[in-house]
Amino acid sequence: MISREDVEHISWLASIKIADEEKEEFVAKFNSILEYFHELDQLNTEDVEPTYRVVDLANVFRDDLSRPSLPPEEALGNAPRRAEGYFKSPRIV
Amino acid sequence: MTQKGDVIIGLEVHVQLNKLQSKLFCGCSTAYHNSPPNSHTCPVCLGLPGSLPVLNRKSVEYGLRVALALNCQVQQETYFYRKNYYYPDLPKGFQISQYDFPLAVGGSILIKGDDGERKIRITRVHMEEDPGRLVHAGTIDRAKYSMVDYNRCGMSLLEVVTEPDMRSPKEARAFLDKLRTILEYLDVFDGDLEGSMRVDSNISLAGGERAEVKNISSHKGVEKALSYEITRQRNMKRRGIRVIQETRHFDEARNITVSIRTKEEAHDYRYFPEPDLVPLRVADWVPEVAASLPELPDARRESFVSQYGMTDDHAKSLTSDIKVADFYEAVARESPPRLAAVWIADVLKGELNYRGLTIDRFSRQDMVTILEMLSSERIAEDGAVQVIRALLDQGGLPQDIVKARKLERAGDQAVMKAVQEAVAECSAALEDYRKGNERALNFIVGQVMKKTRGRASPTEAFRLVKEAVDRMDA
Repeated sequence: MISREDVEHISWLASIKIADEEKEEFVAKFNSILEYFHELDQLNTEDVEPTYRVVDLANVFRDDLSRPSLPPEEALGNAPRRAEGYFKSPRIV
Repeated sequence: MTQKGDVIIGLEVHVQLNKLQSKLFCGCSTAYHNSPPNSHTCPVCLGLPGSLPVLNRKSVEYGLRVALALNCQVQQETYFYRKNYYYPDLPKGFQISQYDFPLAVGGSILIKGDDGERKIRITRVHMEEDPGRLVHAGTIDRAKYSMVDYNRCGMSLLEVVTEPDMRSPKEARAFLDKLRTILEYLDVFDGDLEGSMRVDSNISLAGGERAEVKNISSHKGVEKALSYEITRQRNMKRRGIRVIQETRHFDEARNITVSIRTKEEAHDYRYFPEPDLVPLRVADWVPEVAASLPELPDARRESFVSQYGMTDDHAKSLTSDIKVADFYEAVARESPPRLAAVWIADVLKGELNYRGLTIDRFSRQDMVTILEMLSSERIAEDGAVQVIRALLDQGGLPQDIVKARKLERAGDQAVMKAVQEAVAECSAALEDYRKGNERALNFIVGQVMKKTRGRASPTEAFRLVKEAVDRMDA
């Protein structure tokens, strides 16, 4: 069961602020998602190999060739804040 | 103060595969050094929505080369994972890395330990993308904001993790030196480029908790950071304070480690398989990659000893840098190999180190010329040292330096006397020479050799005879 503390922790990990009054709402929503997975757990999978993938594809590559990058102006195009050609971010210690 | 044997060190080394042309998952060029910020980026390495990573085949080949050179087992199947955390150097909010199915596991290399050779076990080698670089205006603690350059973001990194097998900061450094040598032999890595190798280390005293020291970017820094950390932990132990398990940051400017008890420490990376990349099954590449590996430092060192008859110390010194080893072999093809070993290992390397220069700065031909002048006794040993220094400091040609600085060896008195006598006695040969018969001088040289009973070298005798004759004619 997901608790209020779990929701707060997840919100911190995701860097998304959740207002106090929203927290109970998320507790309920997370729990309903987990309940659905509990339902899936009921399935008998005894003869099914566990897998990480749904398609059996491996070894997809490109060659080591360089091609032109974006012009810096374009790379910075979506940045809300920038300085001297850099993206500007809050100070991180 | 130094109790032996109670220090335990393990390393995590991040190695940039900077000999590749393009980044790990996109076609941005790896040649971003000295370029303006954010000039080597694209939607993939900026993590723009809708972009998809495609793995660089050569990154994998290079990874396998390293794994095999470190004697690791390549895994049958390996996966990429998302390692989630928010930090401005990662535009996507996660780093593509590997987790429980790394590229290779279980290797080892030999290093020079504090008492003899030591085997350092390699836990794993895995592939991941490099984050971007944070820059601060002014000093880091006074800056109001961080500035981010994503040129480095998405570069191919290998993380090499060791077992806690090192017993001193010096051994940690020896490991890094050896690792760098191997990587350069494999031609996957240029250690001279800024930020090409970055080290995190775990260190503890026997029975104590371990501290993780991050952000060490030089081999010298590793030795300093770890020495500081040992002293700190010893002092705590002596005062009866328990060392706590924590992450510390090496402050290179102040030469100390400081605790970073940030929220970042609550490692909760929520690794999950990267859905945009398919698994790697490359174990069957191993035979081909193994066959393409060059002779590695340890093997080359042995072959230098057996092939050229040099000491093991010289062989070690000459093979610790592939460029020096290649330089030596080129010179040794045209010079007495043992003499070349002594002069390159003991003199040239020292003079280069002293000036912070690399061997590229020195011409192979110049070295051959100097060794020739030495073995023909035209110059003495201290003269040869002077020539090497002058070549590094002012440039020019060895012959000109010898002349300008009058470094020619004052001929042995007996030889000089023999030359004068021979020239005076052989007037007929002298006449022939003056008529243009160059070979007539050989007769006079023969007389010199006879008079000195072979003590003079023929080259030297010829040179002295010619000089004496030319002086008479001047």
